[in-house]
Amino acid sequence: MPDSLLFGTEVLLNGLMAGVLYALVALGFVLIFKASGIFNYAQGVMALFAALTLVGIMEGQVPFSHLINAAFGTDIHHFGWHVPALVAIIITMVVMVFLAWAVNHFVMRHLVNQEPIILFMATIGLAYFLEGFGDLMWGSDIKKLDVGLPQGGSFWIEENTQWLGFGNENFYGFFLDKLDLVATVIAAILVAALVIFAQYTKQGRAMRAVADDHQAALSVGISLNFIWIMVWSVAGFVALVAGIMWGAKSGVQFSLSLIALKALPVLMLGGFTSIPGAIVGGLIIGVGEKLFEFAIGPYIGGATENWFAYVLALIFLVFRPQGLFGEKIIERV
Amino acid sequence: MLDSGRTEETLLEVNNIEVIYNHVILVLKGVSLSVPKGGITALLGGNGAGKTTTLKAISNLLHSERGEVTKGSIMYRGANTQGLDPAAMVKTGVIQVMEGRHCFEHLTVEENLLTGAYTRSNSADIARDLEMVYTYFPRLNERRKSQAGYTSGGEQQMVAIGRALMSRPETILLDEPSMGLAPQLVEEIFTIVKDLNEKEGATFLLAEQNTNVALRFAHYGYILESGRVVMDGPAKELRENPDVKEFYLGMSDEGRKSFRDVRSYRRRKRWLS
Repeated sequence: MPDSLLFGTEVLLNGLMAGVLYALVALGFVLIFKASGIFNYAQGVMALFAALTLVGIMEGQVPFSHLINAAFGTDIHHFGWHVPALVAIIITMVVMVFLAWAVNHFVMRHLVNQEPIILFMATIGLAYFLEGFGDLMWGSDIKKLDVGLPQGGSFWIEENTQWLGFGNENFYGFFLDKLDLVATVIAAILVAALVIFAQYTKQGRAMRAVADDHQAALSVGISLNFIWIMVWSVAGFVALVAGIMWGAKSGVQFSLSLIALKALPVLMLGGFTSIPGAIVGGLIIGVGEKLFEFAIGPYIGGATENWFAYVLALIFLVFRPQGLFGEKIIERV
Repeated sequence: MLDSGRTEETLLEVNNIEVIYNHVILVLKGVSLSVPKGGITALLGGNGAGKTTTLKAISNLLHSERGEVTKGSIMYRGANTQGLDPAAMVKTGVIQVMEGRHCFEHLTVEENLLTGAYTRSNSADIARDLEMVYTYFPRLNERRKSQAGYTSGGEQQMVAIGRALMSRPETILLDEPSMGLAPQLVEEIFTIVKDLNEKEGATFLLAEQNTNVALRFAHYGYILESGRVVMDGPAKELRENPDVKEFYLGMSDEGRKSFRDVRSYRRRKRWLS
């Protein structure tokens, strides 16, 4: 096989893996959008906050240590213990559920029946609040997240794909990151679970009902507060998973919250209301931007990854505004 | 028997309630009514008379629209219900079918019906009630797998009523079931309501602009005008009443009326004051 084809295949595979990570972030958006019609601008920050909390708990950091030290003149930073990753993840999940409750109790509950734009503004406020709150709670330095996920390239795949080169001496097998592989598996499980939840369970059905019509959902006895806390909790869980994956890949730092911007074109492509859409959209963008960079990039000066996704999303907005899998916009005449 | 209205046990009692929207707009200025068990009670009146507001005050859906009951009380089976949230109200046995149908458009017809059973947990009972709804609304059985958003207006009204039935309600507050439907369908829906009332023993409080149809099917009627009850009585008496005939049924002893007729205007004024 010729070099370029082999290399192209490797780019494609890596694109798929990157796409899975985009999809993970996009999923959180889809969940909240489905259930409440809110575009949750704070989803990226939630991933950051979840990752910060996870690291903080694992390292035994004292929350608000800067504040405490400043107020009482103490000098405490760490409890001096280390919490195992699994326990820390569970505690973080509890924190995310509490966050969901707080968001609903202090913000969303008061905005029932308001215009979508008002809800959107509220989430922007929430994003900035949460960003500052995370800083205050855990400090703003860059942290390393190690929950025991495998790192580095997979030699097994490299060795076992070498024969694909058919004697080509420049080919040593495909190079794939182990972390990406794990992320793919986890994302697949997560998506399957979420689809089953939304389509076939009572609470999932209630969630979709709330998304369609708040008033009617209220009238049949669905508690909006409960559904919203539930949805924000699930979104918090998805944010936690995304935070772990991105955090393990590139460290826990402020720029983690910017992955939200990567999720936007994914959503336009896949549709704001479709869970499978978020996945397929993520994959298309991941593969698309890598392949485009590989094939066309060199002719137009490179650095196409920054804008390719947005151009693709724009094209979609023109020809298929609801996205690939979005709910058809029902208009009866 | 039921035509005499109040002889049966009273389920719902609304005592002189006043409702204010957004802290300033006074919509109900003292509405009182009582709904007997097993009856169909009609709430009649034109646009803006306060029919919908009365129903929402009872089902406690007012709060999400920034409305508030400021005076009076609402009693269900002798207990004050104003502090309950809509979900608790459904569990008590009172459910509202909202005006304009309000189906969950992206859910299938069957999923819509099942959301009505949200407050219940016995799945065998729920399955049985689903079959019951399908026997009353055979059309829904044919369309059980289609998205509710793509069904016709009449079918959507059936979905809305069927969905309410799935909560096993004692009292159904039915808001404007005839809205936007062809006369034939209105007749079909009201016949089913009558059926449900007679066979399942469901109590109905229905708000209607279509006085003619409502008075034919209801046992007792209240007429609302700008937030007040101006007249009430058994449906049969209301049908015979010359004022009701003239202003709501468009008939009078002297044949058809013209809007320019001064006498009619005077009589109306005297009635309202």
